[in-house]
Amino acid sequence: MGALQRYMMRYWQLYAMLACPIAFFIVFKYIPMYGVTIAFKDFNFFQGIMKSKWVGLETFREIFRMKDFYTSVRNTFMLNFLDLIFSFPAPIILAIMLNEVRVVWFKKISQTILYLPHFISWIIIGGIVYQVFATHSGLVNEVLRIVGIHAIPFLSDKHYWLFTYLVIGIWQSAGWGTIIYLAALTGINKELYEAAEVDGASRLKKIRYITLPGMKPTIITLLILKMGEMVHIGFDRPFVIGNIMVREYSEVISTFVYRMGLQSGNYSIATAVGLFQAVIGLFFVIAANYISKKTTDQGII
Amino acid sequence: MGTRTKYGLLDVINLAILFVFLLLCLIPFFHIIAISLSSNAPIMSGKVTIFPMELNFDAYTTVIHDSTMVRSLGFTVLLTLLYTVLCMIMTIIAAYPLTKTRLKGRKFFMYLIVFTMFFGGGIIPDYILVKELHLLDSIWSLVLPSLVNPFYLIIMISFFNSLPAGLEESAEIDGSTFVGILWRIILPLSMPILATLSLFYAVNRWNGFSDTLYYITNPDLYPLQLKLYQLIINSSSPELQLQEGANVAQVMPESLKAASIMFATIPILVVYPWLQRYFVSGIMLGSVKG
Repeated sequence: MGALQRYMMRYWQLYAMLACPIAFFIVFKYIPMYGVTIAFKDFNFFQGIMKSKWVGLETFREIFRMKDFYTSVRNTFMLNFLDLIFSFPAPIILAIMLNEVRVVWFKKISQTILYLPHFISWIIIGGIVYQVFATHSGLVNEVLRIVGIHAIPFLSDKHYWLFTYLVIGIWQSAGWGTIIYLAALTGINKELYEAAEVDGASRLKKIRYITLPGMKPTIITLLILKMGEMVHIGFDRPFVIGNIMVREYSEVISTFVYRMGLQSGNYSIATAVGLFQAVIGLFFVIAANYISKKTTDQGII
Repeated sequence: MGTRTKYGLLDVINLAILFVFLLLCLIPFFHIIAISLSSNAPIMSGKVTIFPMELNFDAYTTVIHDSTMVRSLGFTVLLTLLYTVLCMIMTIIAAYPLTKTRLKGRKFFMYLIVFTMFFGGGIIPDYILVKELHLLDSIWSLVLPSLVNPFYLIIMISFFNSLPAGLEESAEIDGSTFVGILWRIILPLSMPILATLSLFYAVNRWNGFSDTLYYITNPDLYPLQLKLYQLIINSSSPELQLQEGANVAQVMPESLKAASIMFATIPILVVYPWLQRYFVSGIMLGSVKG
């Protein structure tokens, strides 16, 4: 009996197990990758992917002439960038605050409540948002009215909408985001705090010189990871919170692809936009991985 | 944390600010509950904040008697169960072989899988595939295209790798096959990760929206999120509707919208406190590697 035969006698079961998942990846992940060829074709369903006519880069020329395409690319970067500035620090601050809580039951309950919004779907969040931020009789505007401030169009004016979009993002993700930082904080040597105490360091000094440095590697890794995802934006949040009146800011690549492709039937154009995003996205991930290796000696891939 | 527990001004400020944050987390829910339990007049005049006015359960009665809503809930439960079970089977049978360093081709399979995390065909090629497979408007369109989440797969692989190798070796000497080892030794030791990842898959499916929007047009097969979207967001706030010029006729009473929101949220709220620790341990496991 040869070595290969003996190997297969023992290992065939593992290949049999892998067959199903690998088939899944090939059918549902790699065939669509082949499907991007329709970005270079004039696709229609009757002829199918194979038989549709090649048009070269014509589709790309067309999307680069579309004003809406530039708007959606700009908005994708803008919303991600604003998220990076405002939503990224939120869990860091929250984690430091939670870390300072010494009443154990309060900390536990706080965490339970703060994680909750992460488990609520964007549709439900959207439904809540339309009730809470409505211009007429919405909760926030009612409170503002009592204080004597005029109703603010949180959902229908594009500038206020940006604010609403960001606040909701923070509301949904800040609490959940603390988990990873709190995990990093449990790794800090307790003796450091005790030594600082002996030296008479204040609470703020301890946060500044022990807690924050303890979080730094995690912060840097997550920051790089976020930058690698700058081109990618989820569909649900901008789609659900966005609306026709603020489309100039709420239309992002994912919603643009949906409207172009599935709603209007311009499959080739929508695919080309998606491919554009995927390629730029891959470039960002590789760049982020390179930066990560340089700065933290550890790749993110 | 400190050796002495002396509560200072800083503690008070910290707790006070955190308390405000907690309220900000909860008030939207209280507001929706209050609206769902109030009658229309006080809602329209903006009097309802976080306490119901003219308390009644009419909206809930209407929702529960709406057969399309109940069917949607039933379908979502079925879909979530089917999806979670199949996802877990696939993730397990993918993860176990990939922990075996002596498996020939292992590296290749890993690259094949990991690459899909960073590059994909996109919405339209996915849609064309689902259409060509005749899966549109079927439960399978919401199950098959996302059976294995590569990120969860990596979490499971690193969990399997963290189990003591000695257990498996002794079973191998006893002549157990790989399937036997996986079934009798590995899986019973992996309950925490199985629970965690099942929950991740289940929550993703329960809350998932975009694929239901792409692939489902038959109202009989609307999962809850799509149903709610059509019901609430699509017909929300008349000022937006007039712009779109659609659906103006069927403006729903606010209390009914709120009750529908709660109808889809309550299942999550009920199971959430019990399952929270699994979620947390799962994200920890994920962060060890990633």
